[in-house]
Amino acid sequence: MINPHLNLFIESGLFVDGNMNWKPIMPAIIILAPLIGFIINGAISLYLNRPNVNSKGESSNGLKRIVSVVGPGSILASFIVVGLNGFRMLLAGHPTTFNANYWTWLQTSDFQVNVGIQIDTLSIVMMAVITGVGFLIHLFSIGYMESEKGYARYFAYLNLFVFFMLILVMGSSYPIMFVGWEGVGLCSYLLIGYWFEDEEKASAGKKAFIVNRIGDLGFLLGIFLLHSALGSVDYVGVAENASGVFVYGGGLVTLITLFFLLAGVGKSAQIPLFVWLPDAMAGPTPVSALIHAATMVTAGVYLIVRSSVLFAMAPVTSALVAGIGVSTALFAATIACKQYDIKKVLAYSTISQLGYMFLGVGVGAYTAGVFHLVTHAFFKALLFLGAGAVIHSMHHALHKVHSEDDPQDMRNMGGLRQYMPITCFLMWIATLAISGVWPLSGFFSKDEIIWMTGSFAMAESSPFPSLYKIYWVMAVATALMTAYYMTRFMVMTFHGKNRTVDGAGSAIHETPKIMLIPLIILGFLSFFGGWVNVTPHLMESVIGGFGALPMTDWLHHWIEPVIAESHHIQLENIGETGHVSPVGGGEVFWAVLSTCAAAVLVIGTTYFKSKSLSYGVLGEDSGTISRFLYNKWYIDEFYDKWIVKPLGQMSKFCWLKFDQGFIDRAVNLSGRSAKGIGWFGSLFHTGQVNTYAFFLTLGLLAVLITVMF
Amino acid sequence: MISLVAGDAWVLQAILWLPVVGAAHVILGSESRAKILALVWSTLVFLLSASLWWLYNPNAGSGYQLVSSFEWIAKFGVNYALGVDGISLFMLLLTTLITPIAILGSFEYIKTKEKAFYSLMLMLEFAVLGVFSATDMFLFYVFFELTLIPMYFIIGIWGGGRRIYAAVKFFLFTSLGSLLMLVGILYMYSRGGSESFAFDHFLQIPLSLTEQLWLFGAFGLAFAIKIPLFPFHTWLPDAHVEAPTPGSVVLASVLLKMGTYGFVRFLLPFFPLVVSNSFIVGLVMGLGVLGILLCAWIAAVQHDAKKLVAYTSVAHMGFVVLGIFATNEIGLQGAMIIMISHGLSTGALFLLLGMLYERTKTREISEFGGLAKSVPWLTTMFVVSAFASIGVPGTSGFTGEFLALIGAFEVSPTMAIFAATGVVFAAYYMLPMVQSIFFNTKTEPENSELQDLTRRESLVLIPLIVGIFWLGVYPKPFMDRMSPSLNEVIERVEDQEDIGVTLFTPGTSERRVSEDLGHVVDSWETEPTEVGGSD
Repeated sequence: MINPHLNLFIESGLFVDGNMNWKPIMPAIIILAPLIGFIINGAISLYLNRPNVNSKGESSNGLKRIVSVVGPGSILASFIVVGLNGFRMLLAGHPTTFNANYWTWLQTSDFQVNVGIQIDTLSIVMMAVITGVGFLIHLFSIGYMESEKGYARYFAYLNLFVFFMLILVMGSSYPIMFVGWEGVGLCSYLLIGYWFEDEEKASAGKKAFIVNRIGDLGFLLGIFLLHSALGSVDYVGVAENASGVFVYGGGLVTLITLFFLLAGVGKSAQIPLFVWLPDAMAGPTPVSALIHAATMVTAGVYLIVRSSVLFAMAPVTSALVAGIGVSTALFAATIACKQYDIKKVLAYSTISQLGYMFLGVGVGAYTAGVFHLVTHAFFKALLFLGAGAVIHSMHHALHKVHSEDDPQDMRNMGGLRQYMPITCFLMWIATLAISGVWPLSGFFSKDEIIWMTGSFAMAESSPFPSLYKIYWVMAVATALMTAYYMTRFMVMTFHGKNRTVDGAGSAIHETPKIMLIPLIILGFLSFFGGWVNVTPHLMESVIGGFGALPMTDWLHHWIEPVIAESHHIQLENIGETGHVSPVGGGEVFWAVLSTCAAAVLVIGTTYFKSKSLSYGVLGEDSGTISRFLYNKWYIDEFYDKWIVKPLGQMSKFCWLKFDQGFIDRAVNLSGRSAKGIGWFGSLFHTGQVNTYAFFLTLGLLAVLITVMF
Repeated sequence: MISLVAGDAWVLQAILWLPVVGAAHVILGSESRAKILALVWSTLVFLLSASLWWLYNPNAGSGYQLVSSFEWIAKFGVNYALGVDGISLFMLLLTTLITPIAILGSFEYIKTKEKAFYSLMLMLEFAVLGVFSATDMFLFYVFFELTLIPMYFIIGIWGGGRRIYAAVKFFLFTSLGSLLMLVGILYMYSRGGSESFAFDHFLQIPLSLTEQLWLFGAFGLAFAIKIPLFPFHTWLPDAHVEAPTPGSVVLASVLLKMGTYGFVRFLLPFFPLVVSNSFIVGLVMGLGVLGILLCAWIAAVQHDAKKLVAYTSVAHMGFVVLGIFATNEIGLQGAMIIMISHGLSTGALFLLLGMLYERTKTREISEFGGLAKSVPWLTTMFVVSAFASIGVPGTSGFTGEFLALIGAFEVSPTMAIFAATGVVFAAYYMLPMVQSIFFNTKTEPENSELQDLTRRESLVLIPLIVGIFWLGVYPKPFMDRMSPSLNEVIERVEDQEDIGVTLFTPGTSERRVSEDLGHVVDSWETEPTEVGGSD
C-alpha cells in the first residue's frame, strides 16, 4: 500500500536510529519549521519598519516575495514531516506512541516538567489537521492579504500561531500543553487586533484574551490539583496513577475535570464564555478560518479527549460537558438564524458545532468528538475562506464605486452565483456537509455524535438517562436548525437578485487562483472526509451502500489506543451502551435525519428564493423574537451590566476610597500626628525664661504635692 | 587586599567596592564625561560579577562561598564579612545587570547635575550590593539603611513635581520599618550573648515562640514595607510617579527585592516557629493575595501609565510573598524567579515609559494612541515586556508565577486559587493600557512624528528581553544554583527541634495547612460523590 521508495526514505537512517525508532530531531522539525518562519517573517516585518526610514516599503517587493514563500513554505515543510511521521505509524502496523524529551524545563526536588513531546494517534490527527488546513489557509492568505501593509507581520503571527498550536497538541504534559494553550491565545489576540488602528478591532482582541484567561485559570488550577493529587503532570504519569488514586465519581477527579472543563469552555467558546468568538471575527477572514474555526477553538475538545481517563471517571462533569455542549449548540444556532453579517453567521455556526463536539466527548464518544473536529475543520475552513473570497470581491467592487456599504453584510449581496460560480459551488458542498446530508463528511461525524448521545441514554446503567434523552432531542433540533440557517446564508449570499449598490455588482469577480486552489482541496475533503470513519453498522446498511462504497471505520481504530482506558472505565461503570437511538435503530434514524436535513435545505431554498425579502434594516419587518435573536439574547449587554461595569466600579472604589481614602490617608495621618506631637512639644520651647520658670514651678508643686500626701 | 582574602573571595570584594571607585572617578571627572564613566564602571562591575555564575558552586555543600571576614568593631563582635550563596547570587547579578542598564537609559533623561546623579547611582549600587553580600547583621543593617540616602536624593532632586513629598514619604516610611528591625537585631544580639552579629551566630540563638513572634513582627514589618506588602505599599506609587526613569528602574528592579530577600534570608530561618504557625502563614499569605487582587484592580483604573506599572509591582510582590511562605522548594524557587523576572520585565516597562515620556512629555494613558504605527520597534518591545509581566508562558513571568502558585497550592489551596485569579486580572489591567497607548487611532497629531528606538535605547532593552526569554524557556541553570540554599532554608523551618526550643506545645504550631489539604483529599476519596441516575 505504501510506496516502497517512501518506505526506504523514511527508514534511511536519516530520521531513525538502529532500533528503528525516531530520532527526536524528526518530530522537532515539525515544531521548528513554523518557528523559523515566524523568526524570518518577524525580522522582515521589523526590518521594513526600522527606525529612521522615511520611505517605508521601498524595495519591499523582494522581501514580500520571501514572506510569501517562507510563510506557507514553513507550514508545508511541517506538514510533510507530519505526513512522514504518520506514514511511519501506519507502516508500523500498530500505532506506536513516540516520546522525546529535549530539555528539563522546571525542576525541583519533587516536581519536574520536561520540554518533551508525545506523538500518538490522537496528536498525529491533530497535527495533520493543523498543518494541512493551516497550509491551505496560509496559501489563501497570499491572495487575501496581498495589498496589506503589514503583510510580513501577518505571516509572522500566523506562523507563530501554528507553532504554538503544534506545541499544544504535541506536548507530553499538561504544563507544556498550557504553553501552547496561552500561546495560541496570544496569537489570536494579535491577529484579531491585526488592524489595530480600528478601536473596535483592537478591543475585540483584548476581549478575546481576557475571556480566554478565565479559561486558562481553570487550566492552571487543574494542573495544580493534578500535581498535588498524583504528583505527576505528564500524560503518561497521569494515566498510570489515575486509576490508583481516583475513584469513579470521586470528588477530587470531579473537581479536576471541572477545572479542565472551565479551560475548555473558555478556549472553545462555550456557554458562558463564548462571547469573545463572535467579536473575534474582527480579524482577517483567513485568521477566522484557521484560528477561530478549524484549530484553536477545538483545543478544548482536544484537552478533554486527552484527559479522557479523568473525564470517564467523572460522570457528573461529563454530563455537564455534554449539557454545556448541547445547550451551546442550540443557543448559538438560534442566533445564527438572525444574523446578517456573513462572518457572524459562521461564527455562531462554529460555536454551535463546537457544542456538538462537546456533546460528543461528554457522552464518552471521544472518537466521535475528534471525528467531528476533523470534518468541521474541513467544511468550516471552506465556508470561512469562501466567505473571505466573497468579502474580498465585495470589498474591491464597493471600493471601485466608492460605496461605503458594508462588504460583509449579506443584505448587500444576493445573486453572487453568476459572478462567482466556482466559489458558490464549493460553498454548497460545505453547506450540505455541515447540514449533515448524506454522504458528505458532516453527516457521518455529526450524526455519530447524536447517535452516541442516544445510545448513552439507553446504556445499561446510564448515570442520568432522562437528561441524556433531553440532550438528544436538543441535538436533533439543532441539526435541523443548522440546515435552516445555512440555507438562509447561502441563498442570501449567492441566489436571488443582486442587491449590491448600483453598478458594483458587475465588478464582483471570481476568486483568484491562489485563493481558489485551497478552496477546491477543502471542497474535496469536505465531501469525502467523513469516509474515514463510518461505523460498521452504517457501512452495512443502505446508506453505506451495503459495503460497496469505499468507506472504513479507520479513525475509530486509529484513536482507540489513546482512549482505550476511558472506554474500559466506562464499560465497567456504565456498562454496554445501547446501539440504538431513542426512536429506534441507528440505521433507520440516520436515514431519517439526513433526509430531514435535506428536506429542510430544499424547502428553505425554494422558500427564500421565492420570497422577495425586504432585507431592510432590522426592526422594520421583525418581531420581538427576531430582534431578541438578532441582538444575541442581549448576553453581551448582560455581561457588561453585571460584570464589566461593576468590576470597574469596584476597582475605582478600591483605588479612591480604600487605597487613597483609607490606607494612604492613615499613613499620612500618622505622619501628620507625629508632626503634631512635635508641634505640641515645641510650644513649650518658647525660648523665654519666664515660661520655663512657670513650668518649673508647676512641676515643683506637683512633686511637692505628691511627696506631702 | 587581594592577598588578604582566600581564593576567589577577592572577586566579591571587588564587585562591592568597584562602584565606589567608579563614583569617586565620576565626581573627580568632568561633568560631560560623567555618564560615560558611570556606564564604564558599572559595566565593569557587571562583567566581573558575571564570573560569579561559574565561581559559585552549587554542589559544594551548604553555606556561603567566596567568604571573607575582617574585624570591624572588635568590641561588639562586628565583622565586615561578605559571602554569597544561591539566594544572594542572583540578587547580586540582577543588581549589577540593572545598574548599567538604568545608567545607559538615563543618558537623555538626566540633563542637570550629571556628576552628582551618576555618582549617586553608583553609590546606590554599592549599597544594594552590600545588602546582598553581607553576612553580618550589623553590616547588613548599615547597607540596608545606606540604600535610602542615594535614592532619597535621586527622587528628591531629579524627580517630578511632587518629588519632595514622595522622597520624604519614601524615606520616612521605609526607615520607620528599619528602626524596628534594628531593635530586633539588638535584642537578638543580646540574647545571643552579645558576642557576634554573624548570620550563622544568629541562627544558633534559641528563642521562645513569644520572642520569635515579636522579632518576626519587627523584622517582618521592615521588609514588608520595603517589598512593599499590602497594605504598606502606598509610598511606592508616589515614589515611582515622581522618580526619574533610572530611579524607578532601580527602585522596582532591585530595591524592592531587598524586602523579599530579607523574607527568605531572615524571616524563614530565624523564626521557624512563627513561620510554621498556620495562622501567621495564613495572615501573610492573605496579605499577599489581597495585594495581588486589590492592586490589580487599582492598577486597572489608573490614568498615569507609570502609576499603573507601580501598582502591578505590588501585585507581583504578592506572588513572591505567597511563594516564600509556602516554605517548600517549588514555592521558593518560584518566588526567586519572580523576583528576577519582575526586575527584568518591570524594569523594561519603566524604561519604555521613560522613553515615551522623553518624546511626548506625558504619561497620561489617554494622551497616547496609535503609536504602533509610528514607533513599531518600541511597541514590539513594550508588548513583549507587558506579556512577560502578565506571565505568558515562554517568558520569565510565567515560570515564576507557575511555580509559586503550585508551591502555595500545596500549603493552602484556597489562597492559591484566589491568587491564581490574579492572572485574569493581570490581563485586565495590562491589555487596556497597551491598547490605548499603542493601538486605536492617534489622538494627538504630533504622535505620528515620534522617533522610534535609537541604537542606545535598543541596547538598553535587549539584555532585559534576552533575560525574559531565557528564564522563560530554560530556567534550570538558575534553579539548580538556587536549590541547595533554598533547601537549607526549608530544612531550618522544618527541623525546629534542632535549635532546642521546648516552649511550644506540639500541635499548636505544626504545619496544619498541608495536613488540611491531605485531609480534604482523603475525605474526597473515601466518600465518593453520589452519582445520580437509575439502576
